[in-house]
This record gives sequence, C-alpha cells and structure tokens, in this order.
Amino acid sequence: MFGFSRAQSIAFVVMLVLIVVSPYVLYPVFLMRVLCAALFACAFNLMIGYVGLLSFGHAAFFGMGSYVAAWTMKVWHVDASIAVIFGALTGAVLGLVLGYLAIRRSGIYFAMITLALAQMVYFFCLEAPFTGGEDGIQQVPRGHLFGFIDLSNDMTMYWVVAAIFLGGFLLVHRIIHSPFGQVLKGIRENEPRATSLGYRTDDYKLIAFVLSCMIAGAAGGTKALVFGIATLTDVHYSTSGEVVLTTLLGGLGTVFGPAMGALVVTSMENYLAQFGAWVTVTQGVIFMICVLAFRRGIIGEIGAFLKISL
Amino acid sequence: MNLSRRTITLGGLASAAASTVPLRAGRAQAQPTIKIGCLTDLSGPYRDLAGPGAIAATKMAVQEFAAKGFNVEVVSADHLNKPDVGATIAREWFDRDGVDLIVEVANSGVALAVAGVAKEKNKIFICSGSATSDLTGKSCNASTIHWVYDTYMLAKSTGGAMVKAGGDTWFFLTADYAFGKALQRDTTDFINAAGGKVLGSVAYPFPGTSDFSSYLLQAQSSGAKVLGIANAGADTINTIKQAKEFGIKMRLAGLLLFISDVHSLGLDVAQGIALTDSFYWDMNAKARGFSDKFIAKMPGDRPTMAHAGVYSSSLHYLKTVTEMGAAQAKLDGAATVARMKAMPTEDDCFGKGSIRIDGRCIHPSYLWEVKSPAESKGPWDYYKPLGSTPADEAFRPLDQGGCPLVKA
Repeated sequence: MFGFSRAQSIAFVVMLVLIVVSPYVLYPVFLMRVLCAALFACAFNLMIGYVGLLSFGHAAFFGMGSYVAAWTMKVWHVDASIAVIFGALTGAVLGLVLGYLAIRRSGIYFAMITLALAQMVYFFCLEAPFTGGEDGIQQVPRGHLFGFIDLSNDMTMYWVVAAIFLGGFLLVHRIIHSPFGQVLKGIRENEPRATSLGYRTDDYKLIAFVLSCMIAGAAGGTKALVFGIATLTDVHYSTSGEVVLTTLLGGLGTVFGPAMGALVVTSMENYLAQFGAWVTVTQGVIFMICVLAFRRGIIGEIGAFLKISL
Repeated sequence: MNLSRRTITLGGLASAAASTVPLRAGRAQAQPTIKIGCLTDLSGPYRDLAGPGAIAATKMAVQEFAAKGFNVEVVSADHLNKPDVGATIAREWFDRDGVDLIVEVANSGVALAVAGVAKEKNKIFICSGSATSDLTGKSCNASTIHWVYDTYMLAKSTGGAMVKAGGDTWFFLTADYAFGKALQRDTTDFINAAGGKVLGSVAYPFPGTSDFSSYLLQAQSSGAKVLGIANAGADTINTIKQAKEFGIKMRLAGLLLFISDVHSLGLDVAQGIALTDSFYWDMNAKARGFSDKFIAKMPGDRPTMAHAGVYSSSLHYLKTVTEMGAAQAKLDGAATVARMKAMPTEDDCFGKGSIRIDGRCIHPSYLWEVKSPAESKGPWDYYKPLGSTPADEAFRPLDQGGCPLVKA
C-alpha cells in the first residue's frame, strides 16, 4: 500500500486506529491542533529529512496559508474546502518565489536566506491592512464543507481535519517513495554525483520545496478553519523554530516521526499550561535531552532499536 | 514499541480524564459548582502586570465572597501569548471542565479569540489585562465584558488631561504598526480637542528597534514639552531608559505603562513620567485595604490595575450569580452578562461604576506622575495625581464604537 514496508503498514494502521479512537477519549479540538501541527511537521520533514535542506522560514508558508484561508472565508464567504485549497496555493506560490531565491544555496546559507525571507513575510503581515496587524483575523466562521456539511460541530470538524491530515501524510509518503523522491535522496547524499548523472538538482530541490510549502499552507489553512483565527503567531519565527523542534523530537527523515513529535510538543503546550513558565522550560530540557541522548528522535530510536525503518 | 508507548500515553491521559470527571459530576449534584478560569500570561512579557498576581486576585475574590448555595472553584492556565493556545484552552475549559467564566487574558490577540469562543459557547469572558478597544467595538458580543481600560481611554486621559495639566505641545515617538499608529492618532485628536498642539512625530520600525537615540534627539530638537511614547512593553522600557541616559529634558508620557513597569525601571529612571491608570493601590483607603490583602498573598508585589480588575470583576460576577441562582447562571452565559450589566458595580478597587450595553465597564480614569526618589516614602510609593477624567467621559461614546449590540 503506497509503498509502505510491512513495519510501516502496521504503524500506519495503528496511527489510523488512534486517529479514529482518540476523539472519543481526548478533547477533539486539542487533537485537531495536534493534527495541524503534525501535517506542518510532515511538510517540513520533506525538506529537512529527504532533501537535507534546513528551512528556517517555514512559518511564512504556514502563516500565509492560514491568513489567506481565514480571509477568503471571512470576506468572500467561500466554502471551507476552497479556503483550505486557497491556503495550499498561497503556500505553493510563495514557496515558488522564495524557493527560487533560496534554493541556490545550501546548509547554513539556505537556513539564513529562508529565515530572512520569512521575516519579510512577517513584517508584511504586521503592516498589511487585511491581516488585522497584531490582533489578527478573528472570529472567522467555520461555515460548511461542500456547502452541506456543517462544521460547527467539533466532531464533524475533527473528521475533516483527520482526512486532510491523512491526505497530506500519504502525499508526503508517496512523494518520498516515488522515483522523484529517490532522486531527492540521491541529492541529499551527494549532490555533485547527482549532477554528474544528469539530474538538474536545483529544479528537483525547487519542486520539493514548493510541494513542502504547499502542504504547510494547507496545514495553516486547516488551522485557521479549526480555530477561526489567523494571527501573527503563525508567521512568527518561533513557529519556524517549533516545527524544527517537533521534527527533531519525532525523528528526522522518518515517516511517522513528525506526527509523533507534534503529539508530544502540542501535549506539552496544552497539559502543562497550568504550570505556567514550566512549559517553555520543559520544552527546552526535552529538546536538550533529545539532542544529547537520542539524536534520531523518538521514532528514529525506536526504528533503530527494532532494526526497521519507520 | 512505538504502538505501546503511544497507547500508554493516551491510556494514561484517558484514565486521568475519566477519574476526574465523575468526581465533579458527583459534587455538582449536591451543590452547583461555579468555575472561574484565570487565563493569563505566566511566562511572557505580561507576567508582571497580570500573571500569578491575577490568579491570586481571582482567589481573593472567591474567598472574600464566601458564596452561599454554591461552590466556587478557580483554575488557571498560561496562554503563552498564542491565540490558538488560548482558544484551545478556553474551548476545553468551557466544553469539558465546566468553566463558566474566564477572567484576565492579557494580550489583545488572545483576548479577541477567547471572546469569540465565549460567544460561541454561551459562556462569559471578562477581560482585564488587554488594551484593544475592539472588544467593545466592532468585535463586541453579548458574552464579553471589558473591565479595566482600553486604548481609547488611555489616549483620552493621557492626551486630554495632560494638556490641561500644562503639557500643551507634543512630539510622538511611535512604533510603526497598527497599534502604535492608532495610539498616536487617537491621542493627537484629544490633544487638539483640548487646545494643545502636536509639533511632530517619528515612526520607528517595529519590532526589532532597540536604539532610540536618534529619535530621542530629534524629539528634543522639536522643542515640544511632552514626548508621547506610543509603543508598549520592552520598547517603552527601552525608550524611557535611553531618554534618561541622554538627559532628554521633555516630560515623558507613556501611553501604555503599568505600575509593574515603573517598579522594574526604578524611580531614579522613571521619575517624572506621566501615565494613565484607572487604579492605583494607594489611591484611597479602600484600595489600600485591597492592596494590603493582596501583598499578603503575593509578597513584595502591589496590585496593578489588571489585578484589581480581575478581583473586582470576579466579585461582581459572583454577586450576580447569587442573585440569579447558580444553576441558572451556569446554563446561560449571555443572560448572566445581561444581569451583570443591569446591576451597578461596586467594590474596593474601582468604587461605584456600571457596565454599558456594549460590555464596557465604566469608571473614572486618572493621570498620574511618577514621583522622584526624594518624594517617595517607601516601596511602591510611586504615583502622585496629575488629573482625572470622570467615568462618563473616560471611555468611547457608545455610538462611536460600531458595536452591533448598541443598535439592537
């Protein structure tokens, strides 16, 4: 199925079961936040894990996707599905423009260029009239999906978000297991050799970047849909940092790692909220432990222990 | 491994949730429980002006009120200054934990998001810590009350009352984004209305500016008497510190400054600044009484106006609940808010007041000047009065806010 190995198929089935069962146990709105974060991390993982490029500006695509989805729903009153598609397209177009500039460098230079471009997007969002400045776009109605599914019910909304997440997850999986994905991995391992074999590596990297940005935009749009808000938090560089943390914690370059990382990071934000300052302290400590003790991330270490690739 | 660890986590959370729910349900049958959630900033820039003190103030209100016929519980959480985190917590509190009222919420973005959730769930949100006047303007709703202050009030008091107190020529140092520009625009209107004059202004890039020296010298050379500081938080602190270092001779007017900021700046640096607060701990005997009880809970801290607002609004809410019956109040947030608006407010912090149809709680606002170290008699003895604006003039007139509730 979709090029899953046996171990991955089992893990996928388990993830499916968890997605179906958990809303009856845990709070659905919290789970929707986890799923949006997971989809965002999957998009980010496509770049860092399979192309080997650390983008430090992914919040720009996530945030702009969220702004555009919220704005189109609030002002144009478009259908929820159209809004998410608008979000994804915004991510893709922005990714094409910024990626075209950034993709020519790699390593720290790539990270710095993406960070700089993302900061420009942040300032744009701070000043542009349609984003509502530091108050953001607020009280966006959830509306209807395909015109007849009422999304104001949390459970209905949950299934829609779950479907979007699974769609994005499988898309990422499909991309990395396609011949195109194999070329990406080849570029990651040895770019001059890929060039010498006749691959136009810049084009491959740009396409991967645009795909990643598109999925990030869709994740942002979905988040705007769930919470009815789009704010500066989503384009802030701390969101870019958080997605790095999420992916590293879950497991860089693993299929299931980003989802696991999103679950852990979002749970910490949510369930430690009553302990105040301890949220950020705990996040920092866990990040350090992760980097020092298990560098492959949670899923990566499990995979290494079981000698399988997850 | 993967599977089991996830299942264990989920299972653990599930059993934790399951074990708490029946307990609460059992208690509710005997006597209804009113729950107040204090959603605040415990780890960011608003920690000092709200934060742990706001939680303490909520608990003080609950203890003092000693509710009869129902139990009151207080829960608290950190919104991390992220609107999505705040909205998730608010939803979970309303949906799962039976919270009836959310108080505080310093941070305009989070406050607007929580107001939306309160309206959707027919619960109540009383905002104390955040500044946006949109809460009672175009984003107002029947479930939300804005208690302490807003940008309009700050502009009117600092702009209008300052001109009356002699500061009739102004120069603005403004953060170049919507909030800063709005503050400058509103304040300018009140300065002109009071017969003062704005001689000039300079906008600096926000965020990211930490060196204000050239702007300060520009302001100095304008010859204006007052420097209006139209920014917030760390920028305000930096501006004030640098103005002191450069020996700027103008009178500084902080448009959004709390007593906690003055405390951290120290009187040596902050002396002479004019600022607006609707509550000062030492303003009268009753406020001092509240403040003495507060300092017993939060050693070393005097209450800010946000703390006072949390206390005063929780108290007013509990009074209303007693009057209408806890079971009824739990059912319908909007109806409870309507009763709160019908009932005049009175407490130790803000004296007598009332809540308007758009959710604006009105009371007088005061312009203060920060004392010099020689004038100050002890810790937290920081302000002396410069002027005041009566309650009915301090806030934006009802018909100018664009709140849909007003027309209805």
